[in-house]
Amino acid sequence: MAIWLTENSKIIVQGMTGGEGTKHTRRMLAAGAKVVGGVNARKAGTVHEGLPVFGTVKEAMEQTGADVSVVFVPPAFTKDAVKEAIDAEIPLCVVITEGVPVHDTTEFWAYAGAKGNKTRIIGPNCPGIASPGASNAGIIPADITTPGRVGLVSKSGTLTYQLMYELRDFGFSTCVGIGGDPVIGTTHIDALQAFQDDPDTEAIVMIGEIGGDAEERAAAYIEEHVTKPVVAYVAGFTAPEGKTMGHAGAIVSGSAGTAQAKKEALEKVGVRVGKTPSETARLMREIMQSR
Amino acid sequence: MDLFEHQAKELFAEYGIPVPRGVVAHTAEEARAAAEQLTGRVVVKAQVKTGGRGKAGGVKVADDASDAHDKATQILGMDIKGHTVHKVLIEEASQIAEEYYFSFLLDRANRTFLAICSAAGGMDIEEVAHTAPEKVAKVPVNPIDGVDLAKAREIAQAGGLPEKALDGAAALVEKLWAVFVDEDATLVEVNPMILSADGQVKALDGKVTLDDNANFRQAEHAAYVDKAAEDPLEARAKEKHLNYVKLDGTVGIIGNGAGLVMSTLDVVAYAGEAFPGQPKPANFLDIGGGASAEVMANGLEIILSDPSVKSVFVNVFGGITACDAVANGIVSAFQLLESRGEAVTHPLVVRLDGNNAALGRQILADAALPRVELVDTMDDAAKRAAELAAVGA
Repeated sequence: MAIWLTENSKIIVQGMTGGEGTKHTRRMLAAGAKVVGGVNARKAGTVHEGLPVFGTVKEAMEQTGADVSVVFVPPAFTKDAVKEAIDAEIPLCVVITEGVPVHDTTEFWAYAGAKGNKTRIIGPNCPGIASPGASNAGIIPADITTPGRVGLVSKSGTLTYQLMYELRDFGFSTCVGIGGDPVIGTTHIDALQAFQDDPDTEAIVMIGEIGGDAEERAAAYIEEHVTKPVVAYVAGFTAPEGKTMGHAGAIVSGSAGTAQAKKEALEKVGVRVGKTPSETARLMREIMQSR
Repeated sequence: MDLFEHQAKELFAEYGIPVPRGVVAHTAEEARAAAEQLTGRVVVKAQVKTGGRGKAGGVKVADDASDAHDKATQILGMDIKGHTVHKVLIEEASQIAEEYYFSFLLDRANRTFLAICSAAGGMDIEEVAHTAPEKVAKVPVNPIDGVDLAKAREIAQAGGLPEKALDGAAALVEKLWAVFVDEDATLVEVNPMILSADGQVKALDGKVTLDDNANFRQAEHAAYVDKAAEDPLEARAKEKHLNYVKLDGTVGIIGNGAGLVMSTLDVVAYAGEAFPGQPKPANFLDIGGGASAEVMANGLEIILSDPSVKSVFVNVFGGITACDAVANGIVSAFQLLESRGEAVTHPLVVRLDGNNAALGRQILADAALPRVELVDTMDDAAKRAAELAAVGA
C-alpha cells in the first residue's frame, strides 16, 4: 500500500508531446508506472511514445480509465490545464510546472473548491509523487531508493531525493513533493494525515523550508493527530530576510517564515529536527532500527 | 519585486485612483524645481523599499521651494535600514481629515486573497492588529468572485470607516482590486488612505509587490527593475538565467535544486563556526536539475569573479541527471573557462551523490583537475570548503 498513488494508478500526461513531457513520460514508463495516454488538443488522435493522445482530459479518462494526471504544460497554460482536470473530476492532478503566476494557482485552487474538491492537486512547482516499486507520477528519480515503510513529504525536490537516497536501505511507502510555491494544493498536513492513516507507513520524514507558516501549522497538526514518529528537516537558517531563495515561496518576510521558528515549533511537539539532511536521515535510521 | 512609492502611485493613477500630485527628484536642485512647479507646501519623501522611513526622518514637510531644497539635501544620501536614499518624491501637501488603512494581499495559509481594512490608519498595522485586533477587519476575497463596488463598500464598512468616507473608499478599493489582479500583484497597500479636508478619499502612500512569475505576461514590469540597486553579480547572473543571490561570506556555493542549495548554505555556515574567521557562504546558486556543462561554467564564472570568494563548494545530487553527466559537465566547464581565459584558481570541493556517483567521482579523479578535491558526504565537504576558505588558500 501507499498513499494516493498505487500500482493500479493509471496516469495521463497533460503536455506529453512537449520536451519535458516526452522525457518524463519515458522515465515514468521505465519506472513501471502505468502511463496510459496524453492530452493535447492540437494533436488529438495521434500516437506519441507509443501512447494515444487525446483532445481533453475527460476523453482520456473515458477511453483509458485514467485516475491521475501529470501536468507539464508551460506556466501560461497551466491554469487552464488544471481547471480542465478539475472539470473532468480526475482524482489526482500533479502539477510539475515551475513559474506559475500565484494569481493563477489561487484561482484554480478556488475553482477546485467551488467544484467540490473532487480533485486532489499536488504542486505546482513540485517533483511529483512516487510510491517506490509501485508507481511514479512526476519527475522523482525512481532508481535512487527502494519500497519500504517510511513516508516522506517535502517542499524541495533535491532534498527529497537526498533523503530517499540516504534511507534507501529502509525504503519508502510514498514520497510526496508538495512544491515550493507560496500557494500549493496538497500541504504537509494533508500528507501527514494520509501517512498516519496508511497501515504500511511506520514513520514519517517531513522536509520544510523558509517562508509562510506551513511547518508551524503542521507541528500543531502533529501534536493533535499524528502518533507515528516524525523526523523533520528545515532548510534556510542562513537565508537573508527579504530575498527569494530559488523557490518562489522561500522568503523570510520581516520576522515571519524563519527556519528557526519552524524548527522550534516542530521540536516543541516532540518532532526531532535534524541539523543537516544527513543527520535527519540518521535520526530516522535510529527510529526504524529500534522498531 | 517591490515597487518604490512613486512607482506604486504612478500605477495607481493609471487605474484612476486619486493620488496627490508629485514629482521625483534625484538632487536638491531637482527638488527645488519640483516644489516650484507644484507650488505651496510640499512633502519631501525618501524613496526606499523599506518601512519606517517616517520615524527615520525620511519624510519632511517643506514650506516652499527653497525649504524643499534644504529638506531634500538632508534626506538624499540618508541610510534607512541599510537602504541608501537616491531619490525623493516631492508631493503637494494634503489637508488630512482622517487616516485609514487598506490592503489586498495573498493569504498563503488559507490559499486565497485577503482584504485588510481599518479606520486606524497611518501607523504600523501589525501593531494595531496586535494591540486592538477589533479595529482591523480581515475579509477573505475569493479570486473567482473578485471585488465589485458593493463588496468594496462592505469591506470599508467592516473596517469601521465612517459613512462620509464610504463612497470614496469603495470607489478607491474597487480600483485597487483591479491593480491587484491586472498587474499580478501579491500585495497592494495604501497606508494611509486619507479622507481630505474637502471630503476626497486618496492614496497618500502606496506599496506594491509584483509576482515575478507573471513577468511573461507583464512585459512592462521590466521597467520597474531598480538597476542601480541591483548587485552587479546578481545582475550578471540574471542575464545568464542563473538563480543566484549574493551573500556576504567567502565560500562560493553551487548546487542543484533550491532546497538542497538552501540546505548547503546552512551546513557550510555550521561547519564554518569551527574555523578561524568563521567562514560563511558567499552566495546562493541553484543550477537546476539539468546541471549541463555550460550552466556549470557560467555558474563557476560568476562565483569566481566574486572577489570575496576563497573556496568553492559544488554540491550536486544526481537524480534526474546522473552524476557521470554532472562530472563531465564540471570537466567541460573547466575547459570552457580556460578557453575564456578565466582558469580556475580557487580550491573547489566537489560532492557528488546519487545516481552513478561512483562513476562521476571516477571521471573527476581521472581528469585530475587542478585544485579540485572530491569529498564523499555533504557534511564533510562543507567542512573542507569552510576550512579552505578560512586558510584563504
